[in-house]
Amino acid sequence: MARAISTRRQITVTILAWVIGITIFFPILWTILTSFKTEAEAIASPPSLFMFDWTLENYGEVQERSNYFRHFSNSVIISLGSTVLGLLIAIPAAWSMAFVPAKRTKDILMWMLSTKMLPPVGVLIPIYLIFRDTGLLDTRIGLVIVLTLVNLPIITWMLFTYFREIPGEILEAARMDGAMLWDEIVHVLTPMAIPGIASTLLLNVILAWNEAFWTLNLTAAKAAPLTAFIASYSSPEGLFYAKLSAASTMAIAPILILGWFSQKQLVRGLTFGAVK
Amino acid sequence: MKHLTRALLGASALTLVATAVMAEKLTIATVNNGDMVRMQKLTDDFTAKNPDIELEWVTLEENILRQRVTTDIATKGGQYDVMTIGTYEVPIWGKQGWLLSLNDLPDSYDKDDLLPAIRGGLTVDGELYAAPFYGESSMVMYRTDLMEKAGLEMPDAPTWDFIAKAARAMTDKDNEIYGVCLRGKAGWGENAAFLTATANSFGARWFDMDWKPQFDGDAWKNTLNFYIDLMNDAGPPGASSNGFNENLALFQSGKCGMWIDATVAASFVTNPNDSTVADKVGFALAPDNGLGKRGNWLWAWSLAIPAGTQKAEAAKKFVDWATSKEYLALVAEKEGWANVPPGTRTSLYENPEYAKVPFAKMTLESINSADPKNPTVDPVPYVGVQFVAIPEFQGIATQVGQQFSAALAGTISADEALANAQSLTEREMKRAGYIK
Repeated sequence: MARAISTRRQITVTILAWVIGITIFFPILWTILTSFKTEAEAIASPPSLFMFDWTLENYGEVQERSNYFRHFSNSVIISLGSTVLGLLIAIPAAWSMAFVPAKRTKDILMWMLSTKMLPPVGVLIPIYLIFRDTGLLDTRIGLVIVLTLVNLPIITWMLFTYFREIPGEILEAARMDGAMLWDEIVHVLTPMAIPGIASTLLLNVILAWNEAFWTLNLTAAKAAPLTAFIASYSSPEGLFYAKLSAASTMAIAPILILGWFSQKQLVRGLTFGAVK
Repeated sequence: MKHLTRALLGASALTLVATAVMAEKLTIATVNNGDMVRMQKLTDDFTAKNPDIELEWVTLEENILRQRVTTDIATKGGQYDVMTIGTYEVPIWGKQGWLLSLNDLPDSYDKDDLLPAIRGGLTVDGELYAAPFYGESSMVMYRTDLMEKAGLEMPDAPTWDFIAKAARAMTDKDNEIYGVCLRGKAGWGENAAFLTATANSFGARWFDMDWKPQFDGDAWKNTLNFYIDLMNDAGPPGASSNGFNENLALFQSGKCGMWIDATVAASFVTNPNDSTVADKVGFALAPDNGLGKRGNWLWAWSLAIPAGTQKAEAAKKFVDWATSKEYLALVAEKEGWANVPPGTRTSLYENPEYAKVPFAKMTLESINSADPKNPTVDPVPYVGVQFVAIPEFQGIATQVGQQFSAALAGTISADEALANAQSLTEREMKRAGYIK
């Protein structure tokens, strides 16, 4: 009896999981399908899901009009650069807060998170002026810096919660064996925290890849990543849905593929603790 | 000989490097629409004539572009050498001294050939601050077959009463045919633009000569009630979410009897590749109400040069090329007359070849009948037909548009929407110091 209930429950949960999964994925699927339609078919009512004349003309036009690879390489450099720089700052910060907490550590953590509550547009003009005066407008290094700062609170928090689960005794034992601070972080803490660091890294890459406010506002022609590439295909006057869908598909494809191959690590890092 | 070859190769390489270093790079911010995209494809003509100038394009969606170029020009960021801006920005930015005057464009540019209404909208205190790339007004696009079926004939210059009668007669909701499709989506460039232009023909205005908002007058009440009643009787469902593109999609798929919107739409609805009704479309002037003003607007996407650019001469060369008579001829030669950017030059409309384009005459008449300095029946202290050229307008009109959209959706009454529009506009105008 117990087994029957368990099987039924399993089926229900599986169906529910599929429904939720398909619901979440549907907008992406719709975008991909629309990218293979003509503009007339893209606005047809009722819309056709699969029964239409499949065409690659939108991809051809997007390729002809835009330099996809320049935007792509900017996205790769900006997202990887900001992730590496962010981790270099966040790992020691999270270590100190997890293993050597001070009286105000909790307040500092809250303060860090509170910076995420500020609407970015509120600081656009000051940051724009700083970038203008330092020559960082429309540069990849400028975006690496700003995206590092934007995502730093989240990755520090993630690593902090992860490190906190590592028993302090392990580090103490390492110290008793003569490990210095550097050895402790590099040879003891980091190997134990690799799943957590990996999931933080992946999440930060995804956040940086998708970031659209700063990447649109601080770039012009040279450092514009794929977000600007997508924005160039939206139009208030004229049909553009099919071409915009093709541009969006090209922009999300790399991160979708990365997410697909790393989903195991991502889920493991986000759901399991360090020592489980 | 070997040495000579090496020396020659070295010299050639140096020349190439020097040319690359010498070439001035212009960064041009532009919107994503058919005419602008076409221009990007034709820039080989410009670079062939100006090998010392390289062009780099930043194409963005209109609202993002507006935000980007406004931030850049207000902070003197210097990211762009040429900017695509509209007739709303030009008077404001020109007054601020943010744009270079284009009065010194060469005689060959022939400024006097620009359509007077368009040129007037881009001129501040006698200085031309932007060169029009294409101009547009609004007009009625209608289905000739449905009009005939309804037993009516569209006049060249219809009244609102005729439009209402025809819309109701053409509506066949069982077959998803709606007599009229009008903008309902909230936004200063969406329903607020359409309703402001419509209100002009009902004798309404945004402000009196003392900048006092006028939404509490009968003219606005008549405008909004007429619009809501008409849309409820003959408009498509969910009209409060429909902007230009949604109505374009409805019209192209044969679901609208009439559509009153930008003249630029004429080329879309008559394009057989995208439109199912391409051969059944007629055009007429925007309607009036017998008060001497029609409900059409005036807009021009124009090229302007920010005052802080280090490359003013090269930028002027580009603006001259892109908005010249020669460019119009180039587009006609490569893409056909129907694809020539409309609404900027008198000579284009005098060209017998262009006169054959079905919407050419109506576009010109629509543009000529709009007067940005005297947009409505009573005098106003502002410039602009479907907008008020003050910096606060975008924010205020978007909020007013939300009220009108809510009234169309039925969540508030027309009277409530107008009362809210009056109080929020008064509040913002007081805050900005126009009234006490």
